[in-house]
Amino acid sequence: MSVWQRVAKPTTRRGKRVLLKREPQVVEGPKRALFFQGRKCSEKVRALLKDLHDFKKPDGVKLNRKHDITVFENAKPVEDVCRKYEAPLFMLGSHSKKRPDNLVIGRMFNYNLLDMIELYVESFTGLKEFAESITLGTKPCLVFNGPLWEQTDELKQLKSLFIDFFHRETVENIRLQGLEHTLSFNATPDGKILLRSYKIILKKSGVKTPRVELDEIGPRVDFTLRRSKLPDEDLMKEACRKPKELRVIKKQNISTDELGNTHGRVHMGKQNIKTIQTRKMKGLKKTAAERKAEKLKILKVVNNNEAVAENGDR
Amino acid sequence: MDDLLLKSSSNDQKYKSIDVNKLIDLNYDLGTLLAEDTNDFDSNLLNQKKNDYLLQLTRDNTQLLINQIWELPTERVEEAIVVKLPIQKTRLPRMKPIPKPRPLTRWEEFAKAKGIVKKKKAKLSWDEHLKKWIPLYGFKKAQSEKEKDWVLEVPENVNPMEDQFEKKLHAKSERVAKNELQRLRNVAKAKKIKVPRVGVTNSDVSTAKDLQVAVTVAKSSTASLGKFQKELPKEKEAKGVADITPGASRKRKMPPVSGDVEKTENLAIVDSVLNKRPKLSIDAVVDKRVNIEQVQRNSRDKSSSSKKGKSTAKKPKGKAGQRKGGKKGGGRKRR
Repeated sequence: MSVWQRVAKPTTRRGKRVLLKREPQVVEGPKRALFFQGRKCSEKVRALLKDLHDFKKPDGVKLNRKHDITVFENAKPVEDVCRKYEAPLFMLGSHSKKRPDNLVIGRMFNYNLLDMIELYVESFTGLKEFAESITLGTKPCLVFNGPLWEQTDELKQLKSLFIDFFHRETVENIRLQGLEHTLSFNATPDGKILLRSYKIILKKSGVKTPRVELDEIGPRVDFTLRRSKLPDEDLMKEACRKPKELRVIKKQNISTDELGNTHGRVHMGKQNIKTIQTRKMKGLKKTAAERKAEKLKILKVVNNNEAVAENGDR
Repeated sequence: MDDLLLKSSSNDQKYKSIDVNKLIDLNYDLGTLLAEDTNDFDSNLLNQKKNDYLLQLTRDNTQLLINQIWELPTERVEEAIVVKLPIQKTRLPRMKPIPKPRPLTRWEEFAKAKGIVKKKKAKLSWDEHLKKWIPLYGFKKAQSEKEKDWVLEVPENVNPMEDQFEKKLHAKSERVAKNELQRLRNVAKAKKIKVPRVGVTNSDVSTAKDLQVAVTVAKSSTASLGKFQKELPKEKEAKGVADITPGASRKRKMPPVSGDVEKTENLAIVDSVLNKRPKLSIDAVVDKRVNIEQVQRNSRDKSSSSKKGKSTAKKPKGKAGQRKGGKKGGGRKRR
């Protein structure tokens, strides 16, 4: 037998499970994020990567070695690394004379680069500098301040990227006492993007809803926009498609009134009135003569048919 | 009443308010715990006390978000109060494309086209010979087969020295191999991997088509690429085997350039269609002839007076008549 191109066939049950998990799913889990460094990386950016990785735990992977990668020139190596670690989100820190303190945030669709944005880390104060801290792994509240977030394509995309990066995962329920972290993204008129992170303290307010107080926990980062690669429109559309199974189909013709009764509207097809059996009356009955004529008619037809059949036999 | 008012006013003094005034209302996406404030910044405060201002701004917006969340329906799950979040409004791209349904295997396709539905078989069946319940498959089934087949009949037309047990075993292994091959073919088709053709597998399982392929390939596998190989009278070359036939190229013949050549070629096609003779099978004709003669003889024996079946028109014989084509020049066609 000639050689078949290899179809990866798992040898163990566990391997099979792993391969099955890697295949496209209808409902996807939280996105993993990859944090790594380019050719050179400044201490500032490295510390920032570490702090953001802490926020992303346990869905974050941090690589400690340097990588000879420049994403904007060639995205292939990043795609490969992301595929290897199964992480559709990445954060790449680098430092060069031309672009000091550089941070690239990007994401993949099917391990092909979808979009990415390059940021300059102007100033950074790490988690360690602040006294307060929170339990890691909680779902944060995301607050976007400033009218600029809606105005330019880059910032719109950056907002989507930030939400994708930090929203952790889609949940149905949330514990009220578990709300203890707020991430604030501010796009100021002078072109800066200020990232602040606070701990939420819920205090009594005399009513059911508590009074919110905030404590800064860091990191405190000031970004400026650099280069960006916006997503291909078709690819983005394809990536944002919802599977058929998850689409909500509206139930038609069902309504509920004030008393909580459910009403349904049923549509009838067209009725065949001609053959419907109505009330039988003596006046509408056929007379004997009519019945006889009908019988004769039927007999004639039958006789004709028989004659034709006999002819055919001959 | 006064007491209540007094109490509430004292509450106001004791606790800070949860109300926040905004020029433009925020946009919320409670499914993502997201709030968007599109109000302009206070540029004075932003420049002078940046961090304090941002803290205050974020506090206000978080307060508004929390106010919204606290209004959602709550539930009690294991000593904790949880709220049910609405569906996420923000569209985020997926990690991987939407999974596609597995394509049908070749058999499933065929069964669907023919309307074959799988019948449910009983897991156990009573074996009259062994007086036992035998499962449909599994080691007990194999055991029962062994018990039953302790002796095998040697068919009349085979070599009596041949081991029937070994033959049976071999046939089974062949069937297993064939099934595996088909399975892999289905997997490859589903994953859109191109696989090379298998070639000639085994004389037991191969078809007439496979034989034709084998002949075509074998004939062209000489040093002169089969140019001097003799052709059998009715031999046809297998089609679609250019990639495994030495010396054959898959290039298509270009249509003729000049009108004259095209005309003659088209005329030749028309002629070949119009000159077609009905297919005659010598055996069938002979049988018919023999049959007719027999009927005649019988009728003559019974009643010599009636001579109905004597009308014997000349039937065309298979060997007579001109045949199209005939023997062409030696060697195989050059491509």
